[in-house]
Amino acid sequence: MDMTLTAPRVTYLNHEHTLKSWLLTKDHKRIGLLYMGVVTFAFFLGGVFASLIRLELATPAGDLVSADTYNKMFTMHGVAMVFFVLIPAVPAILGNFILPLMLGAKDVAFPKINLLSWYIFVIGFLFTVYAMVTGGVDTGWTFYTPYSSRASNTNVMATGLGVFITGFASILTGVNFMVTIHRMRAPGLTWFRLPLFVWAVYATALVMILGTPVIAITVLALAIERFLHFGIFDAALGGDPVLFQHMFWFYSHPAVYIMILPPMGAISEVIATFSRKPIFGYSFVAFSSLAIAIFGFLVWAHHMFVSGISVYSALVFSFLTYAVAIPSAVKTFNWAATMYRGAIWLKAPMIWAIAFLGLFLVGGLTGLFTASLGVDVHLHDTYFVVAHFHFIMVGGAIMGYFAGLHYWWPKITGRMYSDIWAKVAAIIVFVGFNLTFGPQFILGYLGMPRRYHVYPEEFQVLNVFSSAGASLLGVGYVLIAIYLVASLFKGELAGDNPWHATGLEWTTQSPPLPHNFETQPVVTEDAYEYSKREIKVV
Amino acid sequence: MFSGIPLFPEQASSLAADVDALYFFIVAVTAFFGILVTVVVLAFAVKYQTKDPLAVGARIHGSIPLELAWSIIPFVITLVIFFWSADIFFQLQRPPDQALEIYATGKRWMWKFQHLNGQNEINELHVPVGRPVKITFTSEDVLHSMFFPAFRVKADAIPGRYSSVWFEATDVGEHHLFCAEYCGTKHSGMVGKVVVMEPTAYQAWLSGNSAGESVAARGERLFGDLACNTCHLTDGRGRGPSLVNKFGAVEALASGGTAPIDEAYVRESILIPQAKIVAGYQALMPTFQGLVSEENVMALVEYVKSLRVSRVATAPEGAHAESTVPAAEENR
Repeated sequence: MDMTLTAPRVTYLNHEHTLKSWLLTKDHKRIGLLYMGVVTFAFFLGGVFASLIRLELATPAGDLVSADTYNKMFTMHGVAMVFFVLIPAVPAILGNFILPLMLGAKDVAFPKINLLSWYIFVIGFLFTVYAMVTGGVDTGWTFYTPYSSRASNTNVMATGLGVFITGFASILTGVNFMVTIHRMRAPGLTWFRLPLFVWAVYATALVMILGTPVIAITVLALAIERFLHFGIFDAALGGDPVLFQHMFWFYSHPAVYIMILPPMGAISEVIATFSRKPIFGYSFVAFSSLAIAIFGFLVWAHHMFVSGISVYSALVFSFLTYAVAIPSAVKTFNWAATMYRGAIWLKAPMIWAIAFLGLFLVGGLTGLFTASLGVDVHLHDTYFVVAHFHFIMVGGAIMGYFAGLHYWWPKITGRMYSDIWAKVAAIIVFVGFNLTFGPQFILGYLGMPRRYHVYPEEFQVLNVFSSAGASLLGVGYVLIAIYLVASLFKGELAGDNPWHATGLEWTTQSPPLPHNFETQPVVTEDAYEYSKREIKVV
Repeated sequence: MFSGIPLFPEQASSLAADVDALYFFIVAVTAFFGILVTVVVLAFAVKYQTKDPLAVGARIHGSIPLELAWSIIPFVITLVIFFWSADIFFQLQRPPDQALEIYATGKRWMWKFQHLNGQNEINELHVPVGRPVKITFTSEDVLHSMFFPAFRVKADAIPGRYSSVWFEATDVGEHHLFCAEYCGTKHSGMVGKVVVMEPTAYQAWLSGNSAGESVAARGERLFGDLACNTCHLTDGRGRGPSLVNKFGAVEALASGGTAPIDEAYVRESILIPQAKIVAGYQALMPTFQGLVSEENVMALVEYVKSLRVSRVATAPEGAHAESTVPAAEENR
């Protein structure tokens, strides 16, 4: 490291100090940090619920909490994690912070709307937290009817309202990012010179804009049935319970791509940076994001193979599901190929990215089982599915978020965290995660259904392994919090470009200026042109 | 250390081994690709590692042949899995014609089974070994899902609809029955067992438990009690169509078009008669929604089924139960 580093005098963090300057900020970087605050709290909340679930499942009997409490635990774990962590984590935190920097822009296209998105998000979150503290909700995060519309006497509607409101934050963020990418690129930054993170965020914005209104409609229809007793989903009122599942998954399956596409983009950045090479097959990786976003809308009923859809529609949805698996496979192969003949610098973000690759691989490949009609009849609603989607959502989305967070942390804070502790945490999380969810694949094939408060005794040993793994996972997450917070006080100064990376975000100071760049950057080369830079360095 | 821990479920139905074979094929495919990518990534990370932050990698931008290879090869493999899966799915969805029929309803938080001879049981199901069994069921309240892990079959119980699962048990013994679709407080208590018995023992169990009237007989009694028989005359001269020999046939509708008469059709015609009117008849029938329980609707359905003159199923239940395993094999 350069010994002559000095902290920049004026940054987006220190140019204003008041609480008001944060709560009324239109700076995309500060808004990104505001999101980080709420999302981190939601992650903690969801993690507490997860811990209680794993503690309860350490024994076959229902001896820690009552059945009703258990049902609320897994519901609120899912609601907090899906709507308030996974969906906003990478786009709203890292996307907000990095996207304009990557584009060489002063801010997003609509800074005021960006702030409005955060407030809408917080209001939605407060409704949900209100629902949780005033009795909770027990429908499962999927809100399946007619249980949610007729049977449950918990806070279904307050939670639903929270989800409904939060959706608008997602839509506005999607619009904002899409316009920003179209209109705010620096001179010379053509579409095929964009960092792949930008392509991933663009594809995500598409899904946010097109998909999110459907969950709003679905929740609204549920409210109409619950309060006004209009028969929409309830067979006793002349409705159709399966219709709810179609509408719910029409959003909630694409929502999985809102969760996973941006982390995939972050992984592309990290792997290119620490391999000192352009991403192998740039345009294939870029277009695979769009392919995933578009095909992702055509596979929703693969959640419903045993839910009363016809044999022929099951066939179509199974086929399309296999089709959407291909772009994800293409990305993975390209990431691996990018490392070929690279100059691989194994700093902490790269370790996180490699851990991501391992877990995402398992998550993606186990999707081949659940997409298989003949096997899914057995696997549906078992722990196999629980394990599969945690490998995607935690092993993929959360690991990708941490890879990105470790990568951009020096840019965000201007400080370096402990590289060695960050590597230790990555390994603890990787091992803990596999120990938690690996046994659940076996449990699932054995037939243990999900959402069970008590279970047959022969499943106990595997559940104990899973709970032990969850403890380790918890230790890993706490460790991350410790060394990242410590870095704010004791971390070395990062300098503009601690990773010697390409990309406009590394050409400005760390932490960046309030308006990002001193002069308008101009781009004259493709992304990740490390070999050209070598000539300059030498 | 792992001696007491189950790692693989029992295979107790005729299709379980087929499902497992496909499962192991996918395990092999995914293990191959999983290990391949992992080894490649780790090997590259070790081989090309550098401590020099200013070193740069080779300037490689990609390879069209490689991109095509790793798009097309996985796609072809997934096609193999897709067609194999679809074949098994069709088998799982299509019960053999000669299946022993059982009716069931799911309600919070129990499964109630009705055998055709009138025998009822709750959270327990007795079936004979070596004979296809088809369970037709619905839910009386919220969603449930009937799941027999040892048989590799599952289907949601949906209020307002009939679902079915079928299996042919291959081993005498007891296996789990689970509710797999979340249904509220005691979801994990909505469990039971399926007891697979030798045909003779099954027959003894069936007759030994003093069954009352058969399901079809109860349906016939309800048919009279609800005054269905005042319009649905057997000679076809009533205000409603005759139901004799109707089940399994295709009905011409007043709205044009046709509809196959199956369990769902009969159920709908009882509860929502206006939905499909038979050609040549008027929409006179009142709805029985809310007046007939799901179990009684099933009895009426079974009665309509029993009006088929030509079918074996109208014979007394004992005639089936005595069939031996090889005979059941022939039926398939």
